[in-house]
This record gives sequence, C-alpha cells and structure tokens, in this order.
Amino acid sequence: MSDKNALNNATLALQALYLEKKGAIIDNAPDFLNEKRDAALDSFLVQGVPSKKVENYKYTNLVEVFDRQWDVVASKDDANIDVEEVFQCDVPDLDTFTILMVNGWYYPKNDLTALPEGVTVCSLQEAFAHHKDLVEEVYCRYTDHTKDPVLSLNGMFAQDGLFVHVAKNVILERPLQIINLMNGDSDRMCSQRNVVLLEQGSQAKIAVCDHTLSNQAFVFNNMTEVLVKENASLDVYNVQNQNNQTINLSGLNIEQQSNSNVLTHAVVLHGGVIRNNLTINLNGENANASMYGISVADQEQHVDNFTTIYHSKPHCVSNQVYKNVMSGNSEGVFTGCIHVLPYAEKTAAFQQNNSLLLTETAQMNTKPQLIIDNDDVKCSHGATVGQIDEEALFYLRSRGIGEHEARLMMIFAFAHDVLSNLRIEPLRDRIDQLLERRLRGEDSPCDSCAIECNS
Amino acid sequence: MGDQDKLLNEVTQREYQYGFVSDIETETISKGLNEDVIRLISSKKKEPKFMLDYRLKAYRYWQKMDMPKWAHLNIPEIDFQDIIYYAAPKSTPKYESLDEVDPELLATFDKLGIPLQEQKQLTGVAVDAVIDSVSVKTTFKETLSEKGIIFCSFSEAVQEHPDLIQKYLGKAVPYTDNYFAALNSAVFSDGSFCYIPKGVRCPMELSTYFRINASNTGQFERTLIVAEDDSYVSYLEGCTAPQRDENQLHAAIVEIIVEKGAEVKYSTVQNWYPGDKNGVGGIYNFVTKRGICKGDRSKLLWNQVETGSAITWKYPSCILIGDDTVAEFNSVALTNNYQQADTGTKMIHIGKNSKSTIVSKGISAGKSSNAYRGLVKVGKNASNSRNFSQCDSLLLGNQCGAHTFPYVEVANNTAIVEHEATTSKIGEDQIFYCNQRGISTEDAIGMIVNGYAKEVINKLPMEFAVEAQRLLEISLEGSVG
Amino acid sequence: MLKIKDLRASVEGKQILNGLNLEVKPGEVHAIMGPNGAGKSTLANVLSGNDKYDIIGGSVDFGGNDLLDLSPENRSREGLFLSFQYPVEIPGVSMVNFLKTAVNEHRKYRNLPPLKAGDFLKMMREKKELVHIDSTLTNRSVNEGFSGGEKKKNEIFQMAMLQPKLSILDETDSGLDIDALRIVANGVNALKSKDNATIVVTHYQRLLDYIVPDYVHILYKGRIVKTAGKELALELEEKGYDWIKEEMGE
Repeated sequence: MSDKNALNNATLALQALYLEKKGAIIDNAPDFLNEKRDAALDSFLVQGVPSKKVENYKYTNLVEVFDRQWDVVASKDDANIDVEEVFQCDVPDLDTFTILMVNGWYYPKNDLTALPEGVTVCSLQEAFAHHKDLVEEVYCRYTDHTKDPVLSLNGMFAQDGLFVHVAKNVILERPLQIINLMNGDSDRMCSQRNVVLLEQGSQAKIAVCDHTLSNQAFVFNNMTEVLVKENASLDVYNVQNQNNQTINLSGLNIEQQSNSNVLTHAVVLHGGVIRNNLTINLNGENANASMYGISVADQEQHVDNFTTIYHSKPHCVSNQVYKNVMSGNSEGVFTGCIHVLPYAEKTAAFQQNNSLLLTETAQMNTKPQLIIDNDDVKCSHGATVGQIDEEALFYLRSRGIGEHEARLMMIFAFAHDVLSNLRIEPLRDRIDQLLERRLRGEDSPCDSCAIECNS
Repeated sequence: MGDQDKLLNEVTQREYQYGFVSDIETETISKGLNEDVIRLISSKKKEPKFMLDYRLKAYRYWQKMDMPKWAHLNIPEIDFQDIIYYAAPKSTPKYESLDEVDPELLATFDKLGIPLQEQKQLTGVAVDAVIDSVSVKTTFKETLSEKGIIFCSFSEAVQEHPDLIQKYLGKAVPYTDNYFAALNSAVFSDGSFCYIPKGVRCPMELSTYFRINASNTGQFERTLIVAEDDSYVSYLEGCTAPQRDENQLHAAIVEIIVEKGAEVKYSTVQNWYPGDKNGVGGIYNFVTKRGICKGDRSKLLWNQVETGSAITWKYPSCILIGDDTVAEFNSVALTNNYQQADTGTKMIHIGKNSKSTIVSKGISAGKSSNAYRGLVKVGKNASNSRNFSQCDSLLLGNQCGAHTFPYVEVANNTAIVEHEATTSKIGEDQIFYCNQRGISTEDAIGMIVNGYAKEVINKLPMEFAVEAQRLLEISLEGSVG
Repeated sequence: MLKIKDLRASVEGKQILNGLNLEVKPGEVHAIMGPNGAGKSTLANVLSGNDKYDIIGGSVDFGGNDLLDLSPENRSREGLFLSFQYPVEIPGVSMVNFLKTAVNEHRKYRNLPPLKAGDFLKMMREKKELVHIDSTLTNRSVNEGFSGGEKKKNEIFQMAMLQPKLSILDETDSGLDIDALRIVANGVNALKSKDNATIVVTHYQRLLDYIVPDYVHILYKGRIVKTAGKELALELEEKGYDWIKEEMGE
C-alpha cells in the first residue's frame, strides 16, 4: 500500500530537498547522525508522505503540508540570534533551569553552570563528542526510522538537539525548562533530535515550551527519545504555543524499565497543524505511565494526538486522559492504542478521550483502540464527543450566573480537570491562566505566550 | 488452576454438530472466474440483460481491486481461480411442490432442524432454504402473498419482479463498495428477496436458511429486503456448512431499504463450520451487510450471534438518511480455537435527530482472535443525533486476543456520541462461587458467558435466542484457562 | 460429620492456620469466634475449597470423605455450604437459572432426576417464605445490585434450597441491621435438624443471641485455643479479646 504514496509530489519534493542540502547537512552534523541519514531516506521513500489512506495518518493530511517547497537552513548560524533581547519568561515563581533551542539548534549562550552534580545538559552534538556511550544507550535503540515517515524525515534532516542525562539516584528538584524557538525571515523546516536518559532511581521534571518568534510558517519536526531506567521518575510537560502557520510534528518515544514512573502532559494552545506522536513502552514490571492532554483549538487549527502504549511486561499500569475543546473551523483528532502483549499479565490500562464541540463547523475524530493479547488484564477505554451538560448549565444559571459565564465555567472545569495532575505548581497556574484567556478569546498566539518577544 | 485448564480444554473441544455432508446430486460449472463464467451463470439463470450488464460491470471493477488487508485478520492467500462459482442441486432449482424435492435434500434440512414441510414448521416462520447458493424452497409464500408480501428466491424475483430488482439492486451496497461486494455482484447465484408493501406488518418471521454442501465451491448469495412506508418485518438468517479440511469462501451481500416509518429487524445466527481445533478447514466468511434508513422515522435493527467460520469479516451497517431514524447493532461474537473474527458496524448519521446504539460483546477463547471494528460518523447536518456504543470483550484463556477499533467522527456540534469498552477475563471468583454451589466449572462458564451475552441474546426472536444460547455453550466447550 | 485434624494453611505465602483441630457432629451448632486476623475466614475458605488458599498439612474428614481431596463443587454436592462473607455479583445470570442448575447438579450427584420446572418453582416459593426473601430478588441477576442485607438473605435462601449437611456462615452478621439479622437467624434456625450441623463464624456475640451454639471456640493465631459452652461468647463480649491474649501469655 505504501508504494502508492511513495512517489507523490510531496515525497519527491522532500527527497529533492534532502539531496540538494545533503552536503551542508552532513558538514554541520556529527557522524552519528550522518550515518543513519541515507537509510532514513530509503525508509522515507518506501513510506512516502502519508496521505489520508494511510491508517496512522487517516485524519491528518500531511500531503497538504508538504505539497509545497520547503527550505532548510543546514547551518548552525541559524541559531545565532540575540535571544536575550527577545526572551523573557514571565511565568511568576517558575524557578527552572532554562535551556533555549533555536530552529532545532542548541543555543550557544545557554548558561547551565548552576546545574547540580550528576545532571548533564548539553547539545546533542557535544554529547556525541563527550558522552558517546550514554547517547548510544538511547539513540535509535528503541526507535525505528522505518516505522513512521515523520520519523524518517527527522533521521534525514536533524543535525542537533538536546541531550539530558541524570545520574543514578540523583534527584533534580528544579525543573528543566526547554524553550524551543522558531525564528527567521522566511518559511522553513527545522528538525531537532533529543535524547534523555534517566539512570536508576533518578528523578527529573522537564517543561517544554514550543514557540515561534516570527510570523513565518515553520515545520518543526522534533523527535525525543527517552530511556527511563529502573525506579526512575520523569515528568514531561509540553506547552505548544506557536503561530497558526506553523506545523508541529512532535515525537516522544519513551522506554520504561521496571518500577519507573512517567507522567506526560500535552497542552495545545496555538499552532496550525499539530501532530503529537507519543509512544511509551512499559518494558519492565511495575512500571507506571500517565499521559494527559488538553487541546484548545479554534480557527483553522488541526490538532492530532496520537498515542501508542505497549504493555510488554506484567504488572504495569497506564492511564490516559485527553480532552479537546474545539471551536471555529478547527479539527481535533485523538488516536490512542493500548497494546497488551502476551505474558503482560495483571496489566491495568485505561484510556479516555472527551471532546467538546463548541461551533457548528468544528470537528472531532477519535479512535481509541485496544489490542489485548493477554486475559489477565483490566483494560477499558471511553470516548465522548458532545457539548456541555445543559442541566448543569441551567443549575448555574438558576443561581444567577449569566449564560455566557456559566458556559465558560463549565468549559474551564472540563479542561482544567486534566491539569490537576501537573506537578509543577507555578506552571500549572500559568497554564490555567493561559487556558482561561484562551477560552475567553482574549489572547492571540503572541500575548498568551510565555515569552514576550516584542514582535 | 491446572485442573481448570484441563476442564476448559475439554469444554472447548466439542465437535461441530452440523458437519455432515449430504449426498445430493449437484450441478456445478468448472473452477475459475472470467467473463464467460459470469455469462454462463447469468444464462443458466435466464436473467434479463440488465442483470448480466450489472454482473460484468462489477467483475471488471473487481479485477482492478486488491484484497483488503486492513482487518486484524491473518487471511491466507485465496486463489480465486480455484473456486467453483456455481453449484446447484440438480434438476429444477425451484420446486412447485415438496413431492418434487429430492428426499435427501428434505432430509438435510430436517436434520438441520429446518423442516420444509409447512405443517411441520414452527408456526409464524416462513423459510427460504438456500443450499449452495440456490434457493430450493420457500415456504408460506401463498399466505404471505395474500398480504401483498413478496418473499421468494432472488432468481425468481429477477424473473417476476425485474422492476423492483432493477430499482433497488446495489442501492445500499454498490458493487464498488469493497472487494467482496464487487465479487459477489459479479457471481452471486441466488438468495432471498423480500418486499413488504406500504402499511403492512408482516404476520410471521421471515427466514433464510443458508447451507453450503458441495465442496470446492464458493457461496455467493444476496439478500434484498425492501420495507415500504410504515411496514414491519422481522427477518432471520441462519447458516451451517459441512466439516471439511479445505477452506471455503462465503461472500454474501445483504441490502435493506427502509422507507418512511417502516421497521426492519434482521437477526443472524452465524454458525458456519469454524474449522477443527487445530484450525484446519472452516469457512471464510466475508460479508457486506448494509441497510438504509431512507425515510423519516424509519428503524433498522441488526442482531447477530456469530459463533462459526474460520474467519469472519463482517460489518452490518446503517445509513441513517431520514430524520428521526433509529438504528441498532447488537452483536455477540465468539471465537475459539484458531478462529478469527473482525466484526462490528458502521453508523452513518445524515438525518437530524437520528439515533444509533451499538452493543458488542466479544468472547475469545483458545488461540482465537476477536476484534470489534466500528465507525460512528455524524455528518454536518445531523443535528441532535445520538450514538451510544458499548463494546465489551471477555477473554477465556491466556492465548487468545481481544481487540477494539472504534472510529468516531463528529462534524456536528449538537450531536452526542459516547463510546465505552472494557476488556476482562472471566471471573475466577464467579466460577468458584458457582462451584461452591455444586455447579461444575464448564457449566459455570456457560452460564457466565450466557449472562454476559444476555443483553444481546434477548433482542433475538425467541426461537433464535434459545438456539443462540445453546450455540454459545457448545462453541465454548473446552475454552478457559 | 466433620473432623479437622492439625489443619495448617496459608494464603499468599503467609501461614494463617497453624494446626487447627475441630470436630462437629450432626445436630450441633458451633460458633467460632476470634479477633480480626485469627484465621476465621481462612478456615471457611479452606473448607469450601478456595484455591487461593494453600493447604500445608493436616486432614479434614467430611462424612467419611477426605474433604481436601474434593473439588469445590463436589464439596457442595456432598453437603457443605458456605455463606460467603462477601457474595460476588454475577451480572446477567438470573437467580432462577443459577439455582435450578445448582439444585439439579446436586440431584444428579445423588442419582436423582432433575426437578420438573413446576416442582422447582414450588420449592423456590416455599423456601422463599422460610427465609422471608423478597420475590423480586429472585428475578434479578445473582447478587447484582443487592444491598448488603439482601445479599446475606440470599445466601440463607440458597442454603434452604440446597439443604446442606453442614453450613458455614462466614461473618453472616457483618453489616446487617437488627431486623435483617433476625430474619437471617430465623432462617438458619428453621433449617436446623438433628441431621445437619452449623458452624457460625463471627467476630461478635450478637448473632449468637439468635443462633444459640452448643459450643463456642476461640480461634487465635490459627488455632483453637479455648472451647466451652455458649457462656464463653458472653464472657468474650464482656471482656473483649485482650483477655485471651493475656491468658496466652502475651
């Protein structure tokens, strides 16, 4: 089936772009990444830019996205802007280690001297030079470029990214805040590859904020590979708030060992086409994964959360709650697959997607799936698409609350519910605030942004 | 637990009861498929030109298609040239009186519990008996025709009511719909036709009983039901096949048109030969069933109990075009040994205030795989439409699989769609409780599974419900671990 | 009727019964009392054959049979009845179907023909009166949506239907209001005969006001440490279980 898509125009255009820029890409990237490039191209050509006929991209049309000329700037100079001038995180009391990434490159002026011992944060390029063994433990170990065309593209184009390592039993109290900035005076495609390794018994929280600093259209192909070892604990909070011309293709691929604990949050506020591929493999006993998402979309936004969770070992627990509030002409998608492998007995897996459609032209497609190959499991999923409860609305109104306000209260309550599990309080408050402004229609991508970019 | 395993194995491995072969003289054409074969089928059936044209168009379209691969099924390569596309009991395919019927044929249906003598039948059920794709006898035709109801074989309808066939053929399932629908449209040999005129409540259950007998044949039958304004009919479908080591292909189409205010209830107990406990033999059951709730306030109910077939690929669907239409899909699908099922429904909401309900109960045992696949689609104009889906899976044993693939697509902001699904194993505490009361483990499993499936079985007409309950118990024999 | 010798059993790797001895003769009522965790429910579960409990040693003779060798259903058919502390809900399985199957399995075991539908319904009616169970309960699925009291009454109703030789009432009084308690106790008393016996497992003396025991045993740390007449229950009620602990030298 893939053959039919392989040679569509979008595929050919990306192939041409790669071949044209290959020299520059290789010159500005470490061998490690370069070694896999041509293989990534091969697997990309087999899969092609997926049309809607490809099951995994049934509801997100990437052919439309790539059926135009995109450019890449294969040089590190792309990151050479004076970010201090434009950056100021205004989240009150949010005490984090801040790391900037610009157009997929590690920002050279990041100051991380205050990081505690046992915690390494650096560019992927530097990590290849100084922590090769650690990177090798994760990079492409649990991720297969042939499995997904967007992933293949990342393998072809990514030249840099972030590396995070937390040593055995080190507990990083202060969260890391990674700010991915898109900047430039012309449309372009930026690719980034990140590697995160949490050693046994370590703990970390990572907040990731995706932003655009200029009004151009970007494709941001951001792939993160994570290995969470025995008894380690990781939180990843991603706030996506880019301009509505931008296409964000984000991949988060997490391998969990026994007794580990992972919490993820995907908060979608702005962005044109957003596709979040989240894959978690519970590959050790008693591992626990919680995945949450809240997407608020309007205008022509398209938001697709695509999750796959493998229960590979016994006694693991997974829990997913994704919510969507769709208005304008926006289109929401949720695809979640719980896959319980044979021998993964005593699995408990739960998955839920609830969506509100607020306008006549908003749409929601949801596809929660269970693939269960073991009998000793407790698995369930649910999906609802609807509106806010009229009876509850009436109750609020009968107490004197105006209809509009009552409606907002209900919608906010619906959305906020997901955030209660977020474990960085100032960030949670900030997101609450952003959500509320977003729901009131008081913001634009720019002023709801955690970064005041003066533009 | 070891003992329980053993018991479960014993329980699941009971023999298929309808595996006998009848010695009926059969006329077949040679294996293989090409335009000449299609012309031959059409000419044997003395069909008008529009039928042949339809068949040829379908065939040409089919040639351009690929076998679908999306289902959660492992389907061995099928050689479509190695199948006999036409097999019929010899002599006149339609009997005026029972005296003309081959006694072996009568005996076959007696043995299946479907006596064709009207006086022997359950009152209130009219039967169209189809063997190897050819209708051999339709009972109670006269009684029904007094009310203006047409109930006859498809071939007969083509001869006697060509206008109706031409008007409705392919309206719910066009030959372009899918691979097997195209194949069926090209080669189908017979089936049932049913027409309920305006305002008529069909006084009895109508039933088609399908039997595969000949070997190496494919069975391609076609059912068309038209319910005019404010009419009502309840339709039953049953099927069995002999026990053979080869796999046989069954690709049927059922089309239902429900006009304004009419109601059609279609119930199936599917018990094609499932293959033996090692997965050898069995029917490949690739069926396209679709109904259109065309008029306002029309109502369509699909009830199915699926226990047979080596592979089942089947999604009885409803297109709710009219306003205030109602559709239901109630299904119990049980797989054991090496059986595979990928079944479910599509509910397409187009009309305003349309309502659909899906209840699916999957039961997997042995090394089988059982998937629910469903689509609920709410179109832009389907204001205030509602869907509720409940899909539960019960696993008996640790080598089987239960899968759920629902698709929900909503493009109207006044619609409410809810989907719920759970997967669980049979409760050891429930079995123990029954044991403590002196009930053996196998009986306990039978009871619990029947309890689990009750919600759906209760929707079946009485005679079918009893049959379905028994089937569930038999099909399960030897299954839990 | 029942002879338990040196019974030792564990659950989830933890030994609960540590050499328990008990003999019950026809016509007797035995009460087994003890503090939480003494092994009361374990004893009930082990006797009825719950395979979550592992037998480590000892023997149980039930009417000449090695009880521990029998499957749970055959223990039932031999006349052992357990009134569960927490009766499980079985959705979709009607009480009538459930009981008819149970009664006829018992009959089959004794080489009796199955009951005719009419006879069975008549039997149900009679037994329902005996235990004052609401008619509508039997139209529902087994225990599904039953209140705590209804579940316990339903247990006694089943006991009436199955006419066991030996009934074990596992904490039948827990969660019951006084009226339900009386109904349950009256049911048990009505079923009592010189040929059958009852073991009442309870934490409190309350139930024993209604079901008067011939013997009261105190179970402590998996063994019976004291046996006396019904006055022992009153003594326990007054002094609590600490007194036993002291007597045991703790």
